[in-house]
Amino acid sequence: MRRPLSLMVAAALALGAAGCGEQAVTVYKQGQYQGKPDKQPWDNAAFKGDKLAWEQAIKARNERQDETSRGTPTVAAN
Amino acid sequence: MARMKFLADAERCIECNGCVTACKQEHEIPWGVNRRRVVTLNDGVPGEKSISVACMHCSDAPCMAVCPVDCFYKTTEGVVLHDKDLCIGCGYCFYACPFGAPQFPQDGAFGLRGKMDKCTFCAGGPETDHSAAEYKKYGRNRLAEGKLPACAEMCATKALLGGDSDVISDIYRNRVLRRGKGSEIWGWGTAYGKPEPRPAAKPGAKS
Repeated sequence: MRRPLSLMVAAALALGAAGCGEQAVTVYKQGQYQGKPDKQPWDNAAFKGDKLAWEQAIKARNERQDETSRGTPTVAAN
Repeated sequence: MARMKFLADAERCIECNGCVTACKQEHEIPWGVNRRRVVTLNDGVPGEKSISVACMHCSDAPCMAVCPVDCFYKTTEGVVLHDKDLCIGCGYCFYACPFGAPQFPQDGAFGLRGKMDKCTFCAGGPETDHSAAEYKKYGRNRLAEGKLPACAEMCATKALLGGDSDVISDIYRNRVLRRGKGSEIWGWGTAYGKPEPRPAAKPGAKS
């Protein structure tokens, strides 16, 4: 009778101790970004690391938002 | 380096919600989450004004300051992004944000709050660019395609400008000079500057 009881206690202790071996996923450092690093927007297959090409593409899109610079307007629209 | 910002021109906004729709469509935003919305002041009263509001990618972002797990980061272009794998959905960022930008999708039964979702300036997140994981968590990464946010590019009246703060503030400045009003825009005096003259890029030069 005592043998099964001691076996059960030993099993319970082993199971309980198993949780202690689990490692924390994230170690927080206060005030610093803890997530995955992000790459630059030009570091991809589209721009192949060419920062200048990316900046020129963005600049062209930026300036396209100004309708007055697209051509000579006949009527100033605001 | 560009400092990415949004600028909403209340004189031009016609409350069409095209920016909201463009954002929803571009990123397949789920029901109940609005990364962008149009706010109308004095609705129905003659002279009502509307502006399009989303994450303004603050220079000193309060969401970053209050996040207990530090899941926010700022890119070199000044875009405030976050890692959804770290976010615990606590909602502190929502209380801190003056624009109500952080959104929380319903996750599971009993109205359980999911991980925070917000405007990414169409810059994706920390996952690999153009990957399925990035699209699922953060939406499309238009910035990595050399494009500006869909909301600003879709705006029919160009009331919503998005992009390099120097360039868009110069566009807005020209509008103010032409129409003679609108200089009282929020943050106008402090947030936006005059574009600096840039030297012309030499062909073949390394950046």
